[in-house]
Amino acid sequence: MASKKLKRLDLVFKDEQDTEAILKKTFSRPESDIINDLISSGLKGRGGAGFPTGLKWKLTADTKGDEKYVICNADEGEPGTFKDREILSKVPHKVLAGMAVCGRVIGSRKGFIYLRGEYKFLIPDLEREIERFHQLLEKLGCGFRVEIFTGSGAYICGEESALFESMEGKRGEPRNKPPFPVTHGYNGKPTVINNVETLAHTYSIFKYGPEKFRDLGVQDSRGSKVFSVSGDTPVPGIYELEFGMTLQKFVDDFGDGDTKAVQVGGASGFCVPRKKFEKTIIGYQGKLTGESLPTGGSMMIFNSSRSMYNVLHNYLDFFVEESCGQCTPCRVGTQQLLLGIEAVKKGEKPSSYLDKLLELAESMRITAKCGLGQSVANSFASIVENFKEEMIY
Amino acid sequence: MSEMINLTIDNVPVSVPEGTTILEAAKKINVRIPTLCYHQDLCVAGNCRVCVVEQKGTDRLMPSCAMPVSEGMEILTNSLKARSARKHVIELLVSEHRADCTRCYKNGNCELQELSSEYIIGEDGFIDLIPYKEYTIDHYSPSIIKDDSKCIRCQRCVRTCNELQKIGALAVAYKGKDMKISTFFEKPMFEVVCTNCGQCVNRCPTGALTEKTYVDLVWSEMNREDKHVVVQTAPAVRVALGEALGMEPGMIVTGKLVAALRRLGFDSVLDTDFTADLTIIEEGNELLQRLKKALVDKDPAAKLPLTTSCSPGWVKFIEHAFPGYLDHVSTAKSPQQMFGALAKTFYAKKINVEPENIVSVSIMPCTAKKYEADRPEMRSSGYKDVDYVLTTRELALMIRQAGIDFASLPDDDYDSIMGESSGAGVIFGATGGVMEAALRTAYEVVTGREVPFENLNITPVRGMDGVREATIKIEGALPEWSFLEGVELRCCVAHGLANAKKVMDAVKAGTVNYHFIEIMACPGGCLGGGGQPIPTNEEIRRKRAEAIYREDAHKPIRKSHENPEVIRLYEELLHEPLSETAHKLLHTNYRARDRY
Repeated sequence: MASKKLKRLDLVFKDEQDTEAILKKTFSRPESDIINDLISSGLKGRGGAGFPTGLKWKLTADTKGDEKYVICNADEGEPGTFKDREILSKVPHKVLAGMAVCGRVIGSRKGFIYLRGEYKFLIPDLEREIERFHQLLEKLGCGFRVEIFTGSGAYICGEESALFESMEGKRGEPRNKPPFPVTHGYNGKPTVINNVETLAHTYSIFKYGPEKFRDLGVQDSRGSKVFSVSGDTPVPGIYELEFGMTLQKFVDDFGDGDTKAVQVGGASGFCVPRKKFEKTIIGYQGKLTGESLPTGGSMMIFNSSRSMYNVLHNYLDFFVEESCGQCTPCRVGTQQLLLGIEAVKKGEKPSSYLDKLLELAESMRITAKCGLGQSVANSFASIVENFKEEMIY
Repeated sequence: MSEMINLTIDNVPVSVPEGTTILEAAKKINVRIPTLCYHQDLCVAGNCRVCVVEQKGTDRLMPSCAMPVSEGMEILTNSLKARSARKHVIELLVSEHRADCTRCYKNGNCELQELSSEYIIGEDGFIDLIPYKEYTIDHYSPSIIKDDSKCIRCQRCVRTCNELQKIGALAVAYKGKDMKISTFFEKPMFEVVCTNCGQCVNRCPTGALTEKTYVDLVWSEMNREDKHVVVQTAPAVRVALGEALGMEPGMIVTGKLVAALRRLGFDSVLDTDFTADLTIIEEGNELLQRLKKALVDKDPAAKLPLTTSCSPGWVKFIEHAFPGYLDHVSTAKSPQQMFGALAKTFYAKKINVEPENIVSVSIMPCTAKKYEADRPEMRSSGYKDVDYVLTTRELALMIRQAGIDFASLPDDDYDSIMGESSGAGVIFGATGGVMEAALRTAYEVVTGREVPFENLNITPVRGMDGVREATIKIEGALPEWSFLEGVELRCCVAHGLANAKKVMDAVKAGTVNYHFIEIMACPGGCLGGGGQPIPTNEEIRRKRAEAIYREDAHKPIRKSHENPEVIRLYEELLHEPLSETAHKLLHTNYRARDRY
């Protein structure tokens, strides 16, 4: 088995029952020290956008507000991603601890877990865990409380500002930015919104210190990352790996020996063809993920039996449905890309029409309102440019 | 004093206060950035992406309508990058729009059409999405047609309906490719809370929301030998019609309006202002009677505050939103409907024409008037009191169709019997006008003296603030009104249904204690009505209001009760205010309606 050679890390999923000790230790430290630790650890958002977590906490802590919120983004909707579900089922206490410390640091008493509608089955266990956690917080004299909010299955609600709108009882549509969540988040109040995995990582940082985390990974991509591996692989599943490996190394470990391409970062991520495996590094600078949607570590492996036209068609079908429909480039652009590749395939449009579609995708990238519409171009351009012949014939 | 931000737009330095958007800053140096979802009256949406601009050194473009300026920005509104992305956005909008321009009611008055012409959107655009979709064209409402195939999802209508008017009849439904503007349970507009105010029509950039037009029906009625076509013109039409015929906002065109109507072939050209004066007599006396019942007789059935009833959008709004308060609404019909009832009774007799041969047409700044004329209550003459309602825009269309050079028309006068009006009737067209007109009359009825304001201008009730309050102390009341001596008459004026809701919520909560409230459904009152020329914005409405008050100031008669034709009507037909005949012809009742 390929996986035997894997250097699999076990930071996030290690079942450490020492939440009380960690919280006691962390609560006793000055807030600025906690923030500095996070900043020096190099932890970046694991939802996909990669915003430095320590800086996000600092900005929110520095914003004055009568009320502030900590939100755990568990609207894991990116095709090919299933790691947050696993984290919430296996080590929810780490996520909750991360939220409580964040609450302490920024001055918030209220946290929410925005849970993907399809993950409702997690609720009973999560509720029990939250209950236990609340008892622990009470013991420690901390008034922070966490509540679960369930979404209704719209992909767009993983986008942070659409998520706030959804929580406020409105239609889940992204807002104009600025202002950003650190000043105007949920209910217009300063809000930290972190991905499930990000919060779980903070636990390790509080426990082992920032150095251990920073020692892992490369340059701008520090620490480890939980990957959801799927597709043509003999060993699909969830793997925590160190940042910085080449895609070639990844394919050697996970591929079935016939890998033609890897879609990194889900439907909103990039498709890397075989010839680029060697020089693609898995990490933020290697374009690990898309722009600001909760992609975070989806690795879809395709072997030579797969039609990349079908792959792209499938992604575009997804976007055509999941665009909120608010902004023109995303609502209409996605439909045009889909109908466009169909027309080329059927011979109703010349192959040169693909160039017009590539230009359109670029316009969508620079004009769409949120990460969804902006990142459609990622998969579209990388698939069309690298597998043009499959689009036409 | 907010901080000034320095930036350059297309290499021109500009300095604007913090918080200014790029779009506003560009306007300051006369750079027009094209927009579609942006509207001055509405909050910023930033969803059409037509207004994107480039900031030097930034990869993505920015929506200039939503992006506040920051120090040192270097904005390029017309770079190749911005232009080509903008062209893509316009091409995309055209691809989902049924661009059947020559057959469109809004042909020539469509913002998408203008933009696609400006950006040379040719045949080689994207795939036409129309054949791939199912669309609804809702033409069941007597006022508004909603054609989803023309919709570009800018949501101006949604923001108008929800923010400006707080009605919530229109909302966004579904997502992705299926996203559309819809109603509760996708019912037709006439079955939901829509008040027919037409503010959405005024702000729709394309032909997705238009008034239902009756132009051709009116033409054919005028062609019939056996019919006598009577037309009435609402106060606000004369200060806006010019805009739809190439004139500047704020022009008073009353004389040309009358001349044009005659040339079009209307047999009697009469004035809604006449019945506006009549409304004041009836409604003013209703107010005084109610005050007496409430203050002297302590009659619990006499509900205060009394609210006006001339705005049919407001009437339908209160029927839906505050059905428990219908007995606060004046029973006096709107001037349009008073006119209609009289046209087929009193007037028909006067000119010796059988009522069934009278065709009663009204020219209104309003789309809700079309609905009002259709209400089953509005048949006091035994016939449909008002047969056809045309908006200011539709009249402009007829004038163009007839090839009339409007600007060069000589001024003409209204026909008599129901054509005379006072300045008080004229100001009905502006928010606060009904209140001012009513006070001019009521105060004089009670005290025998004119209202104590210079030149009769009751300035506290004028202006464009959403909710205005005024108190008038009654001093020196005549003996029969002695119970009002020293009473401070508490008045309130609100325009736009969001403000109406605010006032009614306060009335309901008991936090206010008004005697009389004037409410107009549309921002600015009728002059900002849903049937008025497009575009509309605060400045245009202000100019129309100024024109209205100018017209009032120049009228020889300024008070409704001094209108000689109104006096004659009482002598010959009604005898006294609130008489039995008056009740039969000029008053109505309301019905509670569900919220959904």
